Amino acid sequence: MHSDYLVRMANDISRFFASDPDQEQAARNVLGHLKRFWDPRMRAQIVEHYRAGGTGLSDIAAKAVAQLAEEEPAKQT
Amino acid sequence: MYAQDYIDPGTPESTADELVTVEIDGVSVTVPEGTSIMRAAADLGIMVPKLCATDSLDPFGSCRLCLVEIEGRKGYPASCTTTVAPGMKVRTQSEKLTQLRENVLELYVSDHPLDCDTCPGNGHCELQDMADAHGITTSRYDVGGRVHRDTPKDISNPYFAFDPDLCIVCSRCVRACDEVQGTFALTIDGRGFDSKVSASQNEPFLESECVSCGACVEACPTAALTEKSIIALGRPESTVTTTCGYCGVGCSLKAEIKGETVVRMVPNREGHANKGHACVKGRFAFGYATHADRIVKPMVRKKITDPWREVTWEEAIGYAASEIKRIQAKYGKYAVGGITSSRCTNEETFLVQKLVRAAFGNNNVDTCARVCHSPTGYGLKHTLGESAGTQEFSSVMKSDVIVVIGANPTEAHPVFGSQLKRRLRQGAKLIVIDPREIELVRAPHIAADYHLQLRPGTNVAIINALAHVIVTEGLTKDDYIESRCEVDSYRRWKEFVADPKNSPEAVADITGVPASLVRGAARLYATGGNGAIYYGLGVTEHSQGTTMVMGIANLAMATGNLGREGVGVNPLRGQNNVQGSCDMGSFPHEYSGYRHVSDEAVRAQFESSWGVTLEPEPGLRIPNMFEAALDGSFKALYIQGEDMAQSDPNTQHVISALSAMECVIVQDLFLNETAKYAHIFLPGSSFLEKDGTFTNAERRISRTRKIMEPLGGYQDWEVTMMLSNALGYPMNYTHPSEIMDEIARLTPTFAGVSYEKLDRLGSIQWPCNEDAPAGTPTMHVDEFVRGKGKFYVTEYVPTEERTSSRFPLLLTTGRILSQYNVGAQTRRTHNVVWHSEDRLEIHPHDANVRGIRDGDWVGIASRAGDTVMRAEVTERVQPGVVYTTFHFPESGANLVTTDNSDWATNCPEYKVTAVQVVKVSQPSEWRKRHRELTKRQRIQRRAGGGRVSAQPHSPSE
Repeated sequence: MHSDYLVRMANDISRFFASDPDQEQAARNVLGHLKRFWDPRMRAQIVEHYRAGGTGLSDIAAKAVAQLAEEEPAKQT
Repeated sequence: MYAQDYIDPGTPESTADELVTVEIDGVSVTVPEGTSIMRAAADLGIMVPKLCATDSLDPFGSCRLCLVEIEGRKGYPASCTTTVAPGMKVRTQSEKLTQLRENVLELYVSDHPLDCDTCPGNGHCELQDMADAHGITTSRYDVGGRVHRDTPKDISNPYFAFDPDLCIVCSRCVRACDEVQGTFALTIDGRGFDSKVSASQNEPFLESECVSCGACVEACPTAALTEKSIIALGRPESTVTTTCGYCGVGCSLKAEIKGETVVRMVPNREGHANKGHACVKGRFAFGYATHADRIVKPMVRKKITDPWREVTWEEAIGYAASEIKRIQAKYGKYAVGGITSSRCTNEETFLVQKLVRAAFGNNNVDTCARVCHSPTGYGLKHTLGESAGTQEFSSVMKSDVIVVIGANPTEAHPVFGSQLKRRLRQGAKLIVIDPREIELVRAPHIAADYHLQLRPGTNVAIINALAHVIVTEGLTKDDYIESRCEVDSYRRWKEFVADPKNSPEAVADITGVPASLVRGAARLYATGGNGAIYYGLGVTEHSQGTTMVMGIANLAMATGNLGREGVGVNPLRGQNNVQGSCDMGSFPHEYSGYRHVSDEAVRAQFESSWGVTLEPEPGLRIPNMFEAALDGSFKALYIQGEDMAQSDPNTQHVISALSAMECVIVQDLFLNETAKYAHIFLPGSSFLEKDGTFTNAERRISRTRKIMEPLGGYQDWEVTMMLSNALGYPMNYTHPSEIMDEIARLTPTFAGVSYEKLDRLGSIQWPCNEDAPAGTPTMHVDEFVRGKGKFYVTEYVPTEERTSSRFPLLLTTGRILSQYNVGAQTRRTHNVVWHSEDRLEIHPHDANVRGIRDGDWVGIASRAGDTVMRAEVTERVQPGVVYTTFHFPESGANLVTTDNSDWATNCPEYKVTAVQVVKVSQPSEWRKRHRELTKRQRIQRRAGGGRVSAQPHSPSE
């Protein structure tokens, strides 16, 4: 999928959780949402985008995807 | 007239707790206090003669036929208006009573023709029954109804006729319009023998305020108001009780039939959801089921530019299976998916998701609820613990303050709308939160106490402002919160909403709603007694749809308005089985009963039952499928009963995605818009052609029953089963009851549901299990399903869809009474006489500055696309806002809606699109293209002669 599409969705999710004063917790909530509702191929693609620089990802989204990158294998098909 | 098999006890049931014992014709009977003598007699099987009484209406006491004698009382009181009293002794038969009744009947027949043999009401007419019972064949006063004999019939309504000659002026029709429907369109005009029923200001029914609900037709004791289908087809022979296939109210209907022909639909007076009422769609608009456009033979083609070729079921299913196998072999098992339908039964949606998970081997299943109420599921699950509304419809009769947010019940859920209006006429207060002035804001005998006419896209700002007032003015129910909710989450939420940035004054510039109105509405909801919230797609179809659902739940918890009758949070579901399709595991991340696919224990249950290994990860949602199709990784889609090319936003994007797939399988009644991009068409079956269950907005499971054989030969569940078997995953159900048994085995909230119990109880509201064997009308009574209710902070995040100098207006979309969803059904009925095209509502100010007059063609352009439709200049919309419906594909309303979506669920933001509107003189490119595509589709269907090879085709095709 196009990275812009995934980045936009990740940022939308992040905006909801951003109201948590604990930004680390906010990122964990975004991570939880990605794991619970995103198809693994979408997760793999946004991880790939993050590893390629993560253009467009908001701070919280980037933190969440960084954690996802640590948990997910480098490449998924 | 009411249903042929109904025995009318004459007056409504009393619900009083106190009991009273009386003696009628020497027999003792005990009934609730407030019961009429007529109804008490009916309990004993004594049917007191009557004409103006019927149990759906308050007693009227005008016909003087139901007179009785009461020991110790003078005169002959009417048994319909006289209620029982302790020790009362009543006689319903005596020489004097007979004499009085015969005299009354002679007066009636003096102004009524006696040619019963040729009357459409013959055999089902109360006047005929009464006259027969009293041996009245002529009259001493006059005979034959000379007064009204030459009065012309009103046949303007497409579904029923009014013959004044047959009218006995009992006022049942007028009272039905007032009391049952709440439209007040009818009156009795004139005095004495000149009295006659009049629609509005003596207008033909079609041109009057009549909404064609049919309540008057059903109430009529003669054939004065009669369904035209009865006049054409004659008296029905038998009755089958079923459930309406239109909106989420889920009305119980009695289909009165002759052979396999439906003569008429009559609402079931014992129906739990509708209690004897229906609307213009459910009661009358069933003709689409036998419309000539129905496709009843399977068709296939290699390319979407090829002609369709009719084939046998065997060949169509074989080709579909071979294509799915080919695509999975070539692109991987995740390259295919399926869509369940909110118009199909629970059993059918359960089977489609089973097919995808077990036979396709992935979780790429989604449902059209994705584009309407998916935020409801997410929002209510997280706050309250269950993805469903909390009440039954009749709960509204115990509400003191009713809040309607982003819903238009009198148009989209008309039978509930009528019930709601009834409660408002009894004195309940009303708060409407909607950008448009919907009917409830100002209608006969009702008016909203507050109309918060907000700007589209600012729901969350309003809900936070309401919460701000409640919290800062100390109107919260602290003891309820402390005992029922997560106190930490409440503390965080309270601190958030109390912030001055959320005050009504601070957000007034954002929402456009004066702060004083918000403060007044908040105080009313929090302190006015039982507060109930009803909401619709005006809440969910936003980029913050889920946030708003959470905000609503927050507000209800903070004021203690959950867990009993009269209160609650109630999503009004659009289609008949939105709730059911969600319950049945149609979403890619969860199984039936809203259990996540990653839950090992749950997955193990399904694996054991289905005999396969299941995927532990969520699959693709509908918009994800489109994106994946465009990137080349998603190639085949099985779509049951859904027209994505019309209903989903950003039509061009949807068309591009469908066109990028190699195998699109459409199972539907008609060659719909999506079928223009399909390779295989499998004939669907209408609700008249199948057995199964629907679940309405109150979680009420009701049976739909087969009335005619499927025109295509198979019910939808059988087609899914054939496809599964062809794919090598065996399914061998012999009846949908077996599918329901499997659902019950695998779904805790359905554990106690069976066809036997549904037949016995009439309907069941889930959860239905050991703890609640007869179902659960009210949820969260002692505790929330999740344990403690959880408050969520709901920060207002403005949508990215903003007005600009290029797109200065905000477009919002909705529905209209006579049409339904994409219109595939209602456009193929006489309902088009009320609404034959989608129109753009525009405020006079916005119209004037653009030189637009009512009826002009206007172009509507957004960042996503443009289309053309005619303008309706009206003050229903506020300046800066325009509105349209999406019932007609040629309108292309979704060409202009964007692919913005809800952050949590990807539910599209249909309700906010920045547009420009200009006067135009010619059709849009879309209309021209749509016309050409539709013409080509017809030619492809007719001219298809060449064989489609069952061999796989190359990607370039």
